[in-house]
Amino acid sequence: MTLKASDISEGQEFSEVVAENLTRTQIVQYAGSSGDYNPIHTDEVYTKEIAGYPSVFAHGMLSMGATGVAITNLVGDGRLTKYGVRFVNQVWPGDTLTTTLSVESIREDGGQFYVDLIVSTSNQDGREVVRGSATAKIDP
Amino acid sequence: MSDQFPVEAGHIMLFARSIGDKNQVYYDSNYALTTEAQGIIAPPTFVAASAQFDEGYSLRPKIGEPWFGSGKTPTGIEKQEGGSGGLHAEQHYEYHRHLRPGDILHSVVKEGEKWERESKRAGKLKFSETITEYYDQNDELVITARSVGVVTERPIDQ
Repeated sequence: MTLKASDISEGQEFSEVVAENLTRTQIVQYAGSSGDYNPIHTDEVYTKEIAGYPSVFAHGMLSMGATGVAITNLVGDGRLTKYGVRFVNQVWPGDTLTTTLSVESIREDGGQFYVDLIVSTSNQDGREVVRGSATAKIDP
Repeated sequence: MSDQFPVEAGHIMLFARSIGDKNQVYYDSNYALTTEAQGIIAPPTFVAASAQFDEGYSLRPKIGEPWFGSGKTPTGIEKQEGGSGGLHAEQHYEYHRHLRPGDILHSVVKEGEKWERESKRAGKLKFSETITEYYDQNDELVITARSVGVVTERPIDQ
């Protein structure tokens, strides 16, 4: 599946649920795959008693990775040229995350079409957790 | 990461599972051959896993050394300054090409800017930027990463 410039328009939005009732186990999986074993993500005892947070919370990079699923599902495999985010709020166990991708611009550079996307992921309360942008090569 | 980071298919599979991505281009080499990628590729944020190959990485327990997570007590070491320690504030990637199993990466790390800001929810915030350039086995630049970390004065108010 490849996105085509002729199939989209500026301002168009695409949404996808990228995590549903996020589990502590998925956060543990992410710790294991990424190698970031900071106990604030997986160790409830440490996180409550030492770090001072109400519970463990997800790695920012887990929310960026999950958000990236919506992006690659839209633009296709191996098409991204840029992807960047700010982590604006923490993601907690039980959160359901929805990513919205807005087409900011469609442009041509040297015969190659690109789409610039505004990227935003929010939790079940509508609170934004990840905000950023992405650029991908697309077909005409 | 100055050490070598070998990109492996099994690691890509585990990483894709952990971000909740069921795209078979990350799991099934036969399927992946039928896609535009013409083989397994890594998800866009996979270089985060370079931490696994960073000898000095502080957020991985070292065999035989105390660990700051809980065991018999809530932490295995004295509490560190900064309370919650460091958090990740921003991450930006520029892709020159996408990673494949068999790639062997090495990186060049450059310190970027440092700045401070007051916040209502967490007190003084100390930001620091790191630029990491990932090169492949042919010394070709494959991914440029810019990371911003933040150390908070106190845990972020919820």
